[in-house]
Amino acid sequence: MNSIWPQLEPLLAKVQKPARYIGCEDGCQRPDHTDDLVSWLLIYPDTYEIGLPNQGLQILYEILNERADALAERTYAPWVDLEGLLRTHRLPLFSVDTHRPAPAFDLLAFNISAELVYTNVLNCIDLAGVPVRSADRRPSDPLIVAGGHCTYNPEPLADFLDVVVLGDGEEVVGEITEVVAEWKASGRTEGSRAHVLRRLSRVPGVYVPSMYDANYDGERLVAVTPRYGDVPERVEKRTVADLGDWPYPKQQLVPLTEVVHDRLNVEVFRGCTRGCRFCQAGMITRPVRERPAEQVRAMIDEGFRRTGYDEVSLTSLSTADFSGIEKLVRDTVTDPSRSNQVSVALPSLRVDAFTVGIAAELQRARRTGLTFAPEAGSWRLRQVINKLISEDDLYEAVESAYSQGWRRVKLYFLTGLPTETDQDTLGIAELARKCAEIGRRHNRNASVTVSVGGFVPKPFTPFQWFGQNTVTELQRKIFLLRDETRKAKGVQMKWHDPKATLVEGIVSRGDRRIGAVIEDVWRSGGTFQEWSEMFNDDLWVDAMARHGLSIDWYVHRHRTVDEVLPWDHLSAGLHKDFLWQDWRDSLEELGLEDCRWTPCYDCGACTGYGIEHIVASATPPAGGSQGTGQGLVAQGPEPTAVVPTPGRSVPVDLLARRPDQALTGDRS
Amino acid sequence: MRIRFRFSKKGKVRFTSHRDVARMWERALRRGELPVALTEGFSPRPKMHFGLALSTAHESWGEYIDVDFRDPEAQSLDLQKLPSTLTPLLPDGIAVESVAVIETSDMSLQEAVTSCSWTLEAIGLELADASSAVEGLLAAEEVFITRNRKGNEVTDDIRPCVLQLAVLGPVAAVTNPSGDSIITPAGTLLEAELATKPRGLRPSELLGALEPPAVEGRVCRTHQWITLDGARHEPLPAAALSATHSTTRAS
Repeated sequence: MNSIWPQLEPLLAKVQKPARYIGCEDGCQRPDHTDDLVSWLLIYPDTYEIGLPNQGLQILYEILNERADALAERTYAPWVDLEGLLRTHRLPLFSVDTHRPAPAFDLLAFNISAELVYTNVLNCIDLAGVPVRSADRRPSDPLIVAGGHCTYNPEPLADFLDVVVLGDGEEVVGEITEVVAEWKASGRTEGSRAHVLRRLSRVPGVYVPSMYDANYDGERLVAVTPRYGDVPERVEKRTVADLGDWPYPKQQLVPLTEVVHDRLNVEVFRGCTRGCRFCQAGMITRPVRERPAEQVRAMIDEGFRRTGYDEVSLTSLSTADFSGIEKLVRDTVTDPSRSNQVSVALPSLRVDAFTVGIAAELQRARRTGLTFAPEAGSWRLRQVINKLISEDDLYEAVESAYSQGWRRVKLYFLTGLPTETDQDTLGIAELARKCAEIGRRHNRNASVTVSVGGFVPKPFTPFQWFGQNTVTELQRKIFLLRDETRKAKGVQMKWHDPKATLVEGIVSRGDRRIGAVIEDVWRSGGTFQEWSEMFNDDLWVDAMARHGLSIDWYVHRHRTVDEVLPWDHLSAGLHKDFLWQDWRDSLEELGLEDCRWTPCYDCGACTGYGIEHIVASATPPAGGSQGTGQGLVAQGPEPTAVVPTPGRSVPVDLLARRPDQALTGDRS
Repeated sequence: MRIRFRFSKKGKVRFTSHRDVARMWERALRRGELPVALTEGFSPRPKMHFGLALSTAHESWGEYIDVDFRDPEAQSLDLQKLPSTLTPLLPDGIAVESVAVIETSDMSLQEAVTSCSWTLEAIGLELADASSAVEGLLAAEEVFITRNRKGNEVTDDIRPCVLQLAVLGPVAAVTNPSGDSIITPAGTLLEAELATKPRGLRPSELLGALEPPAVEGRVCRTHQWITLDGARHEPLPAAALSATHSTTRAS
């Protein structure tokens, strides 16, 4: 069975947005399947319009298809209407490129970027006709692989995934292909599945959960240990040393139907060392690796020419930090060789007037809204989270935006952060009120939208020990803030459902026992949980209770220094004692400098792997103090209390320890 | 200068929407670096004028789009070459068939087109019953259907809209690969010419009005017609400036 298109075609006339399932994008590939090629089906476990723009998936799609021994196709989670029809007619999940059934591929590889899609992963495995639990799979079943930021704690999915990849995928997909090619050539005989998994577990960056045992003492995890001597005790992430070696995607997919981020995307650097303590992406993707400016220019030129897009997004975790960003932006928008008007989008604006200046440069025409992320309402709390934006930075940025014609400013904040008091929360309303006031000096219809999300502590961050706020507490803070922002003219507020924050918290730092909960929720029909019309927190709360697991223990409890964390046998390069020290510093409201432009503090990400930052400019960018350390003394009040004042939600057991009792001897 | 393009939409790409097709044209015109006239305002867009929207999932052999080009650059455009320039820049399944310069004073496509020809699969209508169903509808003086128009239930006589209706042949059933589930039952392929005015009649509405009623399967718009003073012609003949285009289906 090569293609199920003849069966699929009549069904597509009956579903919403059928263009999700046809492929045919500019840049799509229709590889020929032969016995000697290892076939990968790359799966984004959310809808097509969310998944298609994912650059990680597109990069691997090209790299695999360029190989002589591999091919790759893509698919996305079918929406519930098509899923129902597929199940009714006993049709499997299929690739969108050639509409080949998923079970005909050698590997089904998931990109997992968000916790709420975990049940979709199980659903896709099941729709592919593959047993959801890896222990039940036969040699004829595809290998189930996963990568992406969420797989830094893959333990909740350990029972369902055969192979997990940590870190950058560019190199490791080739190494996996070679092992799988041998397995394929050997005929995938009875018993060979365990053998190939054991071999894969020795590939650097590859974690095979079934090669490890998790041991518990009551509730507590004692250790996750390899079952065999040749399986590594600790799996280290993969890091591409030089982004310049990987100018992908070369042929970005141009979708035929509407998707998010529907524009040309060029990744200008990977990694971030601003050191925001809540930010998992910034911790796990270190060090900073800038793409050579010439290569960026070439990718923009070629991308515009090939795609017909009129907008390019320069992507990274903080694009204003790219060396020479001003010139790059100016050159791009004023390039005389482009007959048509093009614009540039910076997805992550830094909060300072310099950055707004760049924004003004690139958005000559449509100036509707600009978004900034101060993340916390007071300087004190911004020191705790190491997002070192002073109020002056924010007001200057906002002043600059309104004075240059923008009418709407959006401010992103987190609530439920460590040590957050009501005063900090209410500080959000105060900042927004002042920003709206500044706006009205320039435009009487100026508005400020405050967007508030509940904080979920993530693995491999200094806040991994912090007990997440309860739904009640988050709701209380949100309502407190809502009531306050209502009084402020020109300020609107939006917020993320605290119940969704709770569910993210359950899986974010869960261990293998959470797997049964995910399976339960999936079996109860809980797919597409990241979609508000499908989200059902009762499914999760009930499943936790059914399996005798305490939400309080998994989500709201502060972890202790001696606790074995479910991801301790994995490594993002960061020393655990660095993270612990940063957690302690955070509670003492001490900021940490950006090591790109200041001496190394040995977090482990460079030193452990023998790599370093690749940054074209040795000096911090002009303007703004955020995270460069320039503002640590000058801005705001000096930290007055070494130990946070009583009444703050600080883990008491942590405060009882002195800094010199930080973890030692964790890394072998 | 206004140029009318006739194009086809066949195969997998039929599942894209009218809006999607508009964006495909926008990107193709940019990639072709053609001197397209742009709208004024903050976000300039190419000046494009579409004809009657084609429903998502319907195919067509005769779609039209009018595009305004900048003078004087447009004067040096080689019209003969436009189809072969643009077709490779459009997705598989969309092919530019012909082009012609029209007057900007010409009636818009939406106003001008008076009827469309269709081939349509009537699923569930056995070939044996098809002739009597077609003859029955054609013999009736009035055929009332109730349909929803902008939130209101409206009952209309659709008989005047059915200008032609005939049986072409059988349509086979589609089953899943193991043959244990019928995805689409068998049916009959019909052809029809349906008026677009005063109120257009949709193929599915026509099929629902047959006795016995049928469900819409695959549908293709084969022609759009302009009837003027009793004479019927297409907005642009398929071979006005015949282009080399793919005759194979995209799927």
